[in-house]
Amino acid sequence: MNSQTRIPALEIPTTFRERAHTALGDNQLRGNFRTAMDSLMTKRALAFADADEREELRVLGNAIRARALSKLPELLETLERNLTRQGIQVHWAETTEQANEIVLGIVAKHEARQVIKGKSMVSEEMEMNDVLAAKGIECLEADMGEFIVQLDHEKPSHIIMPAIHKNAGQVASLFENKLGVEYTRDVDELIQIGRRVLRQKFFEADIGVSGVNFAIAETGTLLLVENEGNGRMVTSVPPVHIAVTGIEKVVENLRDVVPLLSLLTRSALGIPITTYVNMISSPRKAHELDGPREVHLVLLDNGRSQAFADSELRQTLNCIRCGACMNHCPVYTRVGGHTYGQVYPGPIGKIITPHMVGLAAVPDHPSASSLCGACGEVCPVKIPIPALLRRLREENVKPPSDTPLLRGQGSKYSRKERLAWNAWARLNSSPTLYRAFLKMATRLRKLTPANIGPWTQNHSAPQPAPRSLHELAAEHLAKGKTTP
Amino acid sequence: MSELFYNAAPNATRLAAPVPAPREYPASKPARVYLFGTCVVDVFFPHAGLDAIRLLEREGIAVDYPQGQSCCGQPAYTSGYSDQARTVAAAQLELFKQPWPVVVPSGSCAGMFREHYPALFQEDPARLAQAQALAARTYELAEFLLHVCQVELRDQGSPIKVALHTSCSARREMNTHLHGRALLAQLAQVERVDHSHESECCGFGGTFSVRMPDISGAMVEDKTRNLIDSGADEVITADCGCLMNINGALEKQRQPLRGQHLASFLWQRTGGGQ
Repeated sequence: MNSQTRIPALEIPTTFRERAHTALGDNQLRGNFRTAMDSLMTKRALAFADADEREELRVLGNAIRARALSKLPELLETLERNLTRQGIQVHWAETTEQANEIVLGIVAKHEARQVIKGKSMVSEEMEMNDVLAAKGIECLEADMGEFIVQLDHEKPSHIIMPAIHKNAGQVASLFENKLGVEYTRDVDELIQIGRRVLRQKFFEADIGVSGVNFAIAETGTLLLVENEGNGRMVTSVPPVHIAVTGIEKVVENLRDVVPLLSLLTRSALGIPITTYVNMISSPRKAHELDGPREVHLVLLDNGRSQAFADSELRQTLNCIRCGACMNHCPVYTRVGGHTYGQVYPGPIGKIITPHMVGLAAVPDHPSASSLCGACGEVCPVKIPIPALLRRLREENVKPPSDTPLLRGQGSKYSRKERLAWNAWARLNSSPTLYRAFLKMATRLRKLTPANIGPWTQNHSAPQPAPRSLHELAAEHLAKGKTTP
Repeated sequence: MSELFYNAAPNATRLAAPVPAPREYPASKPARVYLFGTCVVDVFFPHAGLDAIRLLEREGIAVDYPQGQSCCGQPAYTSGYSDQARTVAAAQLELFKQPWPVVVPSGSCAGMFREHYPALFQEDPARLAQAQALAARTYELAEFLLHVCQVELRDQGSPIKVALHTSCSARREMNTHLHGRALLAQLAQVERVDHSHESECCGFGGTFSVRMPDISGAMVEDKTRNLIDSGADEVITADCGCLMNINGALEKQRQPLRGQHLASFLWQRTGGGQ
């Protein structure tokens, strides 16, 4: 495969397994991810050199997020009240369709033709670029990684580093083909090429769109972190700024932000702070010389309230979108972000996506994990990701219900499989049956078939021992100490 | 819009489980222990279980191997079949009537007893108490030898390089990587070599290895390559699920390297069987 291969993640008509199979055979892709993830893991480890400090901070981060979620309705109302008072218009959207209608309404009001957008995963949920394009409005990505994937008609493969699946050579070919520039693999030069294109667009754009990292209720502040300056440009240069974010991003006060920000930047990139920390609390005021004249905030639910309604699954909403879980995931590292076929890949994607699109749309996601626990170990806000994956497996194999707790629940229900596990439970809860099984398995060991489905794809066929531990132990303990 | 969120159960927000305090170990060795062998050891690696018994006996501890035991229930539990796992777990709870420690030669099964049995019986007060008591007296074998028996191993073997692989749940739930390293460090002629991405999963993951064979296969392929590249003569692990995965893959690849259970390795190095 080369840079010409397009993986439009959301339109791919194949299954997770098929995409995984393809990705695993792509050595370039696997090499790109392994190199990038190894580097990110090292950077994070160095940024948290003091393990005690790290653990204290994680406990604090978890407590802050849990406190915010425990009074979410109240905090959202406080946020709305304060933002409105300061002149920011607040909009609520239950679905991505509603969110897009709100954005289109603002676009229509201003007769906007060009929109420039900073990095925002919620805008990816909304597929805002496509929705605007369908109305003939250009929506250009201003984050360098997003700019690259947009240019190649792809979707982001990582929530922090959207183009991490590409190496410099692939970006060089892309820029040469799409922008008509001379081929160069020099990363600084490539970035300068991108910046020159974007610089012009910042001034032309009618509307700037951004995400939000933390929405601070008490002060009515939208906080946005970034390293490239595009976030500051999109939120200050165009005459109108639309921020879009998930309803769970609210925190109580500015003090809460300090530890969360430290956890976010260190977990994501191993850096103590981002180059830019933007705090937006109003449109341009009468005496001010710059800034947008109008600021909007769109608060999107898109299934988050389903996670919120369950005390265990609610922990999913602690997420501050650092991406550390995917950086440390042995599955993500090998299959890459596009294999997941959804906006949010990796461990966090597996636990949040079912609430957005329903379990039936992502039936294999909960199972695509060895439950190794690396994600839960590094999560800065201590989301018990492996436990939530196990829980989703349970919901996924339940018989379908007319009043499901989760949308798409029971999508992997199989009567046959359930009966097999019932039989397994009977065997393992009856000592007599179990010992009879042991006798059979060990005595008939030579009959073990050489081909046992998926196991022998990667392994030689296992053969039971001639005698079980039950027998060896009984004999040994009856005799007292024996020579083997 | 925010009224959507009022439907949730009140006070349903959970804090993360507290960081467990370092485990306190009994000051002296017990006279008797139970051994829970685990189903994989039972069927595929029974000598690892037998060597665990011998190591314990050499410490002057009498070992009871309840013949009613089978599986800890983990395969069903991690596959989302909690009821079936509960049925099997309830049967295991009945095995350990005396208050003796329960030693398990597998970190992930020990972790199942310690971490997940109490969760399984949240709604069943009688069994919950039993499960909590079991959790409190369950030890992974390496942990038990190191911290309860405080073994002093005398290496009698010739020089050898070994790589230590630790199962992920053993590492994260039981600190088995530290216990394994400490035991190997007692063996004068044994050099433990690091391998690249040592803390990364070998790809077993129980039913994951057959549900997602492509991904699991890629993981074990990388793991075996790293183990081979480490220059180790042998792979040591305290978990037979991983061992089955790693040895099965090495055999399929026709590689000479093999792994064995820590219990067998320790027993052989310290004069067992001579």
